[in-house]
Amino acid sequence: MYLRPGLSRGISTDTWFESCVGEEGRKESLSWIGKQRELFFSYFKELVGKEVTVELKNDLAITGILHSVDQYLNIKLENTRVVDEAKYPHMLSVKNCFIRGSVVRYVQLPPDGVDVDILHDATRREARGA
Amino acid sequence: MATDTGLESLVDQTISVITNDGRNIVGVLRGFDQATNLILDESHERVYSTKAGVEQVVLGLHIIRGDNIGVVGELDEELDSNLDLSSLRAHPLKAVQH
Repeated sequence: MYLRPGLSRGISTDTWFESCVGEEGRKESLSWIGKQRELFFSYFKELVGKEVTVELKNDLAITGILHSVDQYLNIKLENTRVVDEAKYPHMLSVKNCFIRGSVVRYVQLPPDGVDVDILHDATRREARGA
Repeated sequence: MATDTGLESLVDQTISVITNDGRNIVGVLRGFDQATNLILDESHERVYSTKAGVEQVVLGLHIIRGDNIGVVGELDEELDSNLDLSSLRAHPLKAVQH
């Protein structure tokens, strides 16, 4: 592992990637798409504890504290509220929820939650097959 | 940290499921698997409409296939008992469009 000069945070793309292949221990067998997913999985793990808004493919948007993410990018949120509660009262008595990764359209991140340089770099390296 | 991602913590609790076709089903979670297939006991569907309050349709024991599941929410019993479903009006949720 090495740290790139000029990065503000003490985490390199190598750490992200190694942390996830280390768990799975099957780096060689991963397809390119599989690697992409590992990358975003690791990325979302960094965001645990932050407030995010998850927009679903049925237009429902739920804001909450990111509690956990798994390999399918299923998301668990705590202390949730629906963005337009007047229009969507369907989840008024739900405060913690599990969102299936397959229905997520967008995840809106906190402004300080994304380091564009690191992400750019990591996705390019993945695309090169590095 | 990002460990407890599954639905273990919700087993034997009342949950509110939103399915991909926009239905809202409430019941007690008895089991689940990797694919988010769910076993729901004592379940009922809550049908939302703009013309009348929420209608509850009894379903009993159901298995929901993971493919059709959008959201699984932990139902806060206290918040839920304070809800006046008969006066709640809303459009039904849209279906998920992939």
